[in-house]
Amino acid sequence: MSTESSVEEEVWDKGPVDERGLLVEPTLRAARDSGRKLLVGYVTGGLPGWIDHLAAMVDAGADAVEVGIPFSDPVMDGPTIQEASLRALQAGATPPSILEELRAVDIPVPLVAMTYYNVVARAGHRRFARLLVEGGVRGAIVPDLPLEESPEWERAARVGGVETTLLVAPVTPDDRLAEICARSHGFVYGVNLMGVTGERASLADSAGILARRLKAATDLPVVMGFGISGPAQAVDAAADADGVVVASALMRLALGGARPAEVGAAVAAVRAALDGS
Amino acid sequence: MSTTQPGLPTQHGPSTQQGVPPVRMAEPGAGGRFGDFGGRYLPESLVPACLELEAAFRRAWNDEAFKGRYHALLSDYAGRPTPVTACDRLSEELGVRVLLKREDLTHTGSHKINNVIGQALLTVDMGKGRMVAETGAGQHGVATATAAALFGLECVVYMGELDTERQELNVFRMELLGAEVRPVTSGSRTLKDAVNEALRDWVATVGNTHYCLGSVMGPHPYPWLVREFQRIVGEEAREQCRALLAGKDPDLVVACVGGGSNAAGTFAGFVETGAQLVGVEAAGGAAMARGIPGVLHGMRSYLLQDEWGQILEAESISAGLDYPGIGPEHAYLGSSGRARYTTAEDAEVLDALQLLARTEGIIPALEPAHALAWLARACRSGEVPAGSTVMVTLSGRGDKDAEQVMGVLKGNRS
Ligand SMILES: Cc1ncc(COP(=O)(O)O)c(C=O)c1O
Repeated sequence: MSTESSVEEEVWDKGPVDERGLLVEPTLRAARDSGRKLLVGYVTGGLPGWIDHLAAMVDAGADAVEVGIPFSDPVMDGPTIQEASLRALQAGATPPSILEELRAVDIPVPLVAMTYYNVVARAGHRRFARLLVEGGVRGAIVPDLPLEESPEWERAARVGGVETTLLVAPVTPDDRLAEICARSHGFVYGVNLMGVTGERASLADSAGILARRLKAATDLPVVMGFGISGPAQAVDAAADADGVVVASALMRLALGGARPAEVGAAVAAVRAALDGS
Repeated sequence: MSTTQPGLPTQHGPSTQQGVPPVRMAEPGAGGRFGDFGGRYLPESLVPACLELEAAFRRAWNDEAFKGRYHALLSDYAGRPTPVTACDRLSEELGVRVLLKREDLTHTGSHKINNVIGQALLTVDMGKGRMVAETGAGQHGVATATAAALFGLECVVYMGELDTERQELNVFRMELLGAEVRPVTSGSRTLKDAVNEALRDWVATVGNTHYCLGSVMGPHPYPWLVREFQRIVGEEAREQCRALLAGKDPDLVVACVGGGSNAAGTFAGFVETGAQLVGVEAAGGAAMARGIPGVLHGMRSYLLQDEWGQILEAESISAGLDYPGIGPEHAYLGSSGRARYTTAEDAEVLDALQLLARTEGIIPALEPAHALAWLARACRSGEVPAGSTVMVTLSGRGDKDAEQVMGVLKGNRS
């Protein structure tokens, strides 16, 4: 909102930005065009040990990783990511604390922030974009910001060097789908099913249908997410798309106290399945 | 006593500055905006459903046949119109003339039924067979369960676990009515979390499910649609007040505010009169007094939040006002100066509840007791001058709260 450009934001705007991090779209396009299926991991920023989990995912072959910036009321998330968000907040995580931790490490794949709009709005659009870029995060997904509400953030993000990735749902009609694809950056996120994040016993039928609609509509990398709990489902979901996001399945391990190597092994299993398909 | 004629520009706030149109409670602007507030901040999965609902409501509200069905149900089933009662003994006690709009006398005991009957009709018109709802005090849940029974719809009500404990009787009423009550154990385990769960249900079931939202909050078109279904409260009250006041309007119109539906319905009837509009929030959930603009549950409005945008927990004796936000039109009415928003503390609310019970033989719900509590304080302090005429919306009756109030007053609050 125009009313949100606070004095604080003006201050944040000054001084050269220390740009870090890999750009999302060129990196994913290059990988896709080389014939590789894309694998995007997810970690909730600020959970104790999260940087090690992130590094393990990358070592195990993730092409990009979503970094959750936790919000108190994550309406698009199921129990696993709700729990992870709550624990991260209880541990004191804030956007700057998460991005500060990222500044201390070099991650050789693109990072994409995943958060809710109030976190972005409260920080201020330009300030939030700058926080991301200085932390090496060059993409952002804000699932409660649909087409009609997102132009201001998209503009601030673009100017600030952040690619905004938009989501498409199984119920999105063709004309909206085309506009979302035209405005999405980095990749386009296909939501496999009608529902919240979380593991499911099987891949929804809606996943393949949506993946094919997206592939027919855009040359952007098409990445499918929600409900992918293991290698077999990842292969199915990636069949008609360019890649998949695996989130709750990894966070379930992390919440259960898994060591980074175990999280890495789970990612490696999906990687191997995708490479062998 | 007010001298302003209906329809004339109001005498309050910046809206009366030259060239600025008077505040009206009409259709919101493009995308559901009330000034800077409102909007539709929702996951893509739910946008088509909101567009469908907006179209269905727009069609229905311009259709005399739909309105006929709605009004027939309100009168034949819900017991409308409700009276306005002149309260002589309370008036004497407070030194002002108090009129009460008696939503406590509706079927199910609160104003919530007005909205729910409208939304149940829309549910049927959209060809859906299931409703989900959130509830705080349980009144909206009971009303939704009631309408679902009446129309033969499946009904699931999400209620914070804390609220299922303090409103046990309402849980049982909903179950008697055939609804399933799902306790919500996440977050603060109150109304805010019940809304989150209802939204999560709706994302997964939207094909056959209508989300029957209980207040003037959430994404467009809800704040508009719920206010229109509650407008009947203010429109009846305005005419009833004029009948009692020799054609004049009250000086002050007061209502409690959780999400703000009884207040919005009430204000809609008086916004174009000269009456001062006052909304009273629970001190522990005072989004207007202590909130900052932000986005939650699909709307941009004032919210209790911390410096990084995490939503804070509201805390009030009244489950129905335990919400960290406020409807976006109230944010607009407040920032434009047309209405003012204030708060009441738990202790004075209990006093006001007893005052009304003893002077008028009416036991109010804890929520509208906030409106009375503020009025009593403002009369004592002289903020409301002696001799003023005040219309208060009594949004619900106290039966649901009797056990909780007994616990507090007898000193054995669990
Ligand atoms: C009797 C009564 N009044 C008021 C409210 C608050 O809701 P609103 O602000 O939408 O009128 C409730 C909510 O449960 C209620 O039960």
